[in-house]
Amino acid sequence: MNGGPALVSIMRQGSTLIASVHTALDDSQLVRFEHDLVDQIGEHRSRGVIIDVAALDVIDSFAALTLRRIAEMARLRGALTVVVGIQPEVAFTMVRLGMGTGDVPTALDLEEGLALLAAHAPRARSGTSTDTSNGYP
Amino acid sequence: MDERPEEHSGLTALRDDAEGGEHLLSQLVSHLREHRTRLRQEWAERIQQAHLLTAMTPQEMAAETTSVYDNYVEVLETGSVEALQHYARDLSERIIPRGVETHEVVGIVLLLRDVLARSLFEKYQRDFALLNEVLDAYEPAANRIANTVAVSFVDERERVIRQQQDAIRELSTPVLPVRERLLILPIIGVLDSERARQLTEQLLTGIRKHRAKVVVIDITGSPDVDETVANHLVQTVDASRLMGASVIITGLSPKIAQTLVTIGVDLSKMNTIGDLQGGLEEAERLLGYTVTRKEGSTSS
Repeated sequence: MNGGPALVSIMRQGSTLIASVHTALDDSQLVRFEHDLVDQIGEHRSRGVIIDVAALDVIDSFAALTLRRIAEMARLRGALTVVVGIQPEVAFTMVRLGMGTGDVPTALDLEEGLALLAAHAPRARSGTSTDTSNGYP
Repeated sequence: MDERPEEHSGLTALRDDAEGGEHLLSQLVSHLREHRTRLRQEWAERIQQAHLLTAMTPQEMAAETTSVYDNYVEVLETGSVEALQHYARDLSERIIPRGVETHEVVGIVLLLRDVLARSLFEKYQRDFALLNEVLDAYEPAANRIANTVAVSFVDERERVIRQQQDAIRELSTPVLPVRERLLILPIIGVLDSERARQLTEQLLTGIRKHRAKVVVIDITGSPDVDETVANHLVQTVDASRLMGASVIITGLSPKIAQTLVTIGVDLSKMNTIGDLQGGLEEAERLLGYTVTRKEGSTSS
């Protein structure tokens, strides 16, 4: 959509998409990120999405809303979203301002996020845990 | 009474070169030095009548009033409050643990001011103009002394309070890893908002540091919480969840349970278990630990 290099790298690892946010995003960049990510979920037929926000020291209400929207869209397209790496100060500020991540699951870091997805995967699609292919049939 | 003639001569001498307030002050100081015993005695009686410093023994009273009196006169003479400040801080340090209140300290200093002013009236009553000048010199100095003593006392009290708060804070919120990925936070004593804030900070950094998945907050040792703290606790639980850890709260006293329900804190998302033992068992279950007792172990 908008020009310029992406500020979020979206990587594919098996049937999981890992979106790593490098820097604070403004509103239009968030919209672009949302668009890119939801696009790719369909493209790669991903079953899980991990959004790593460890580099952010501020998550404002629009960012929190975008995370919730992405999770909901991903769910509609068949993928479970986990937000990982929320910093302690960020976590408490978010809660104090009354803007949690809603029903979106969260985990400490990337490793934990992957573990959480792995724990959910067998229920979502049998055989995922032994499936080492990239998710294509 | 037998001091009268001598006083008169002093008075005229004073009158002759009553130019600077400084000279008046030195006259005044020598007057106060001269009648030290009588004035101090009078002051001590006034203190007793006013029922101040009841926590002190008569001997202590005598010693303290003497030194306060001497310091007082010295400050009048030198005009430097530094020595008095030092003394007042010292005095406060000694008497605060004895339960002496602020109003008592201010009270005795004001009494001394009045006693001394009264003696000045007595001495200079024949010459109204001179009396005025003497009081002009005396009053600002006396008020500054009262001010200094009161401020020093309050400062000292606050310092003691701060020190105690620091001490409490240091031992207040340990974050203890008991098993891999399991933290315990025992909370002892009253949770105020400052402590709650600190607890949150320590817990959240503890979660990251120990990569905790489950946290047990045990509030058996906390008698009461207010609405602010209760809400803060709920926020802490939410924030922990954002960091991927689930929180179990144990040991809610009946009173706290009652408070929480009465003030309508939303606890639907809180995982609470009766006691610490139950909380640990639940945490172990969540983490997939099983604890079994070995057959034939020594304790039965």
